[in-house]
Amino acid sequence: MTTTGVASCPRTAGRVTGGVRVAAVADGRGGTALPLLAGEGALAVRRTGTRAWTQQSPRPKGAAVTLVGAMSAPLGGDRMRVEIAVGADARLTVRSAAATVALPGRGGESAWYDVLLTVAGGAELLWLPEPLIAAAGSDLRMTTRVDLVRGARLVLREEAVLGRYGESPGRLASRLTVTVDGRPLLDQDFRVGPGSAPGWDGPAGLAGHRAFGQLLVAGSGTATLGPQLLTRASDVVQAVATPLAGGAATLVTALAPDARHLRPLLARTLEELLDGSATDIRPVPAAGPP
Amino acid sequence: MSAALLLLTDGRFPAGGHAHSGGAEAAVAEGRITGAATLAEFCRGRLHTTGLVAAALAAAAAAGADLLALDDAADARTPSPALRTVSRRLGRQLLRAARAAWPAAVLDQLAADRPRGAHQPVVLGATARAAGLTPLDAARAAAYESAGSPATATVRLLGLDPFQAAAVLARLAPEVDAVADAATAAAHRARTEGTGALPAASAPLLDVSAERHAAWPTRLFTS
Amino acid sequence: MHQDHPEIFPQRHTMSVPGGHRALRVGLGGPVGSGKTATVAALCRTLRDEVSIGVVTNDIYTREDADFLLRQAVLAPDRIVAVETGACPHTAIRDDISANLEAVEELEERVGPLDLVLLESGGDNLTATFSKGLVDVQMFVIDVAGGDDIPRKGGPGVTMSDLLVVNKVDLAVHVGADLDRMAADAAAQRGGLPTVFTSVARGQGVAPVADWIRERLAESTAGAA
Repeated sequence: MTTTGVASCPRTAGRVTGGVRVAAVADGRGGTALPLLAGEGALAVRRTGTRAWTQQSPRPKGAAVTLVGAMSAPLGGDRMRVEIAVGADARLTVRSAAATVALPGRGGESAWYDVLLTVAGGAELLWLPEPLIAAAGSDLRMTTRVDLVRGARLVLREEAVLGRYGESPGRLASRLTVTVDGRPLLDQDFRVGPGSAPGWDGPAGLAGHRAFGQLLVAGSGTATLGPQLLTRASDVVQAVATPLAGGAATLVTALAPDARHLRPLLARTLEELLDGSATDIRPVPAAGPP
Repeated sequence: MSAALLLLTDGRFPAGGHAHSGGAEAAVAEGRITGAATLAEFCRGRLHTTGLVAAALAAAAAAGADLLALDDAADARTPSPALRTVSRRLGRQLLRAARAAWPAAVLDQLAADRPRGAHQPVVLGATARAAGLTPLDAARAAAYESAGSPATATVRLLGLDPFQAAAVLARLAPEVDAVADAATAAAHRARTEGTGALPAASAPLLDVSAERHAAWPTRLFTS
Repeated sequence: MHQDHPEIFPQRHTMSVPGGHRALRVGLGGPVGSGKTATVAALCRTLRDEVSIGVVTNDIYTREDADFLLRQAVLAPDRIVAVETGACPHTAIRDDISANLEAVEELEERVGPLDLVLLESGGDNLTATFSKGLVDVQMFVIDVAGGDDIPRKGGPGVTMSDLLVVNKVDLAVHVGADLDRMAADAAAQRGGLPTVFTSVARGQGVAPVADWIRERLAESTAGAA
C-alpha cells in the first residue's frame, strides 16, 4: 500500500462540460508567466494582474487569474475540471468572479467538479474562490486535490453554503485532499444535505449551521496558529484554528448560520495567519453585506 | 462471531475507553444532547463520520496493510490536535491491553515504531489481526465504539435512563453493520489503491467542540 | 489476571522499559473528605528530600486535587499529573488501570526515574481498592468524623488495604467517636495488617504513615537487588 493516490476521486470519466487549465512558471526576470491559460465550455479564465505576497515582500511579484463561469453551472450531469500547476518559484493567486451555484439537473443526476492543484518547490498558490452554493435539489460531488512539494506554500479557502437565501439545502460531497511530497497532510470529506450521510444535520453534524468554511495555510515560512478557539461556545459562528500533524500547516474550520457570518471570520483569520501585512490579498467582498 | 471480538469490544476490556465520552460531554454542555432522541442523532452522526473513518482504518489494519501508512492517513483525517492526542493515547492504552491479551510480533513492532502511541483505530485493527479476527470484525468493533462511547457517557452525564441508552444503540445496530460493511469494502480497495481510498468523512463541529472541551479547566471525561 | 502474584512486586504491562529501577507505587484510597489529598501533601513534604516523588491524582472532576497540591507547592508542578476518570474513579484504579499506568510512565519520562509514586484515588465508597497491576501497596484513609462504625462495617478498603489510616483523631472528642472501639474493630477485620490513628494535617501527624512508606521503600529496594 502506498500513501499516494486519491483513487476515490473519479478523474476523467464522462463528459467534461467545463474546464480550466493554468500553468504558472517563474519567468526568470523575477515575475511569473502563464504559458498555459485555457478555458473551455462552461468555464473561462482571465489574467487579472499581478500581486505581491506582502507589500514589503522582496520576492518576485506573482500572477493572478480569475475563474469565470460562462453560466451558472454546474448543473446536474455536468463535469467540471480545473487544473492548476504552479512551477518552481512561481507565484499565483486564483479567485473566481462569483459564487459557484450548483443546480439540479433535469434527470436528478449528480454534477462533478474536480480541482487539481500542484505547487512545486519554492512556489506559492493562493486558491481563494468565492463560495460554493448547493441550491435546493442539487447534488454536487466536488474533489479538491492539492499536491505540494516540500518548500511549496499554499493558502486555500473553501466555503460551502447549503441552499440559496431562504432555500432548503442541496446535497454536497466535497473532499479536500492535500499531500506534501506524496504524504497525506489533510484529508477531509464533507458530506451534507438531504440523502447524504445520516445525521448530517444533527448534534454531531451541522446542528443547523448552513455555511461551512475551511482555510488552510501550509508550507514553508507560514506561521502556524493554535490550537486556538476563534469563537465562544455561545457564538453563532463556531470556529477553531488547529495545527495539522504533518508539519507547518494550520487549518481553520468554521461553521456559521450563513455565508454572511462566515466570510468575515475567515478574512480576519487569514490576515492574522499572514501576519496582518497581506493587504493585497484581502478578499473582495462577497455578494451579501459584510 | 468470535468470542475474541466480544472481549475486544467489551466495555470492561481495560483499554481506557471508560474515561472518554466521544464528544458527548461537550455536546451535553452545549445543549446539543438533552435526552434519548438527541443522543440517538448524535450517535448516528458520529457513526457515519468519525465511526466510518475509524472502521475503515481498523479494517485496513486488520487486513495487514502498512500500519504506519494508516497512522499517517489517520493524522490527515484528524485536523484537531486534541483528538489526535486522544486517539494516540487510547491507541497506546489499547496496545498495552492487547499485548497482554494477544501477544504478537506485529503489536510489539507497532509499539516500537510509535512509542507515543499509534492512532486507536490502527491499533484496534492490528489487535483484531493478532486475535485472529477478520477486517469486518475490526470494522464492526470500531463502528460500534464510535456510537457506544457517547451513549455510555450520556448515561453518566445526564442520568439518562440506561435502558433508553441501550435502546438507542440497539436501533442503531443495522447502521453500525452497514458502516462496517462500507468500511471493509473501502479497506479492500485501499490494498491496491492506497490509503486515499479510505473514507475521510469529516465532522467539523466535533472538531471545534473537541478543542473547546480540551480547554475546559475541569471535566469528567478526557474527551 | 493479576489476582495471584507470587512475587511481591510483580511485572506489570508497562510499555516503557523500566530497567532495573522502578518506583514504588503506593495507592491512597478512601471516602470523600477523609484526608487523602492532605495525606499526599504531608507525605510529599516529609519525604521529598529523601526520595524522588511523583503524584497521580484521580479526581472526579479533573485537576481539583492536583491543583490543591500545586497550590500547596508540595512538589514541582511537573511531578503531579491528573487522570480523568469519566465519572468512574474506581474503574480507573481497579478495572481499567491503563490511564494511570500511562500517567506514571509520563511522569518518569518527564522528570526522570522516580523512587516513589503516590496514586490518589478519587473519593469513592468503601469498596474502592487499587489493582495490584497498578500499585505495589495501598493505604486506605478514613476519618473519625465519617462514623466510628466504618471499621466494623468492613469492605475491601478496610479489610484488604496494606495500611489503614484512621485520620482526624483530634476530632474524636467532638464527634463522639470511640477510638478504642475503632481500633478493636479494625484489628478484628484486618487480621495482622497495620492500622494507624493520627491527624495527618497536625504537627508530625503524618510521621507514622511516612515511616510505613520508608519501610516499604526499603523492602522494594532489597527485593530488586
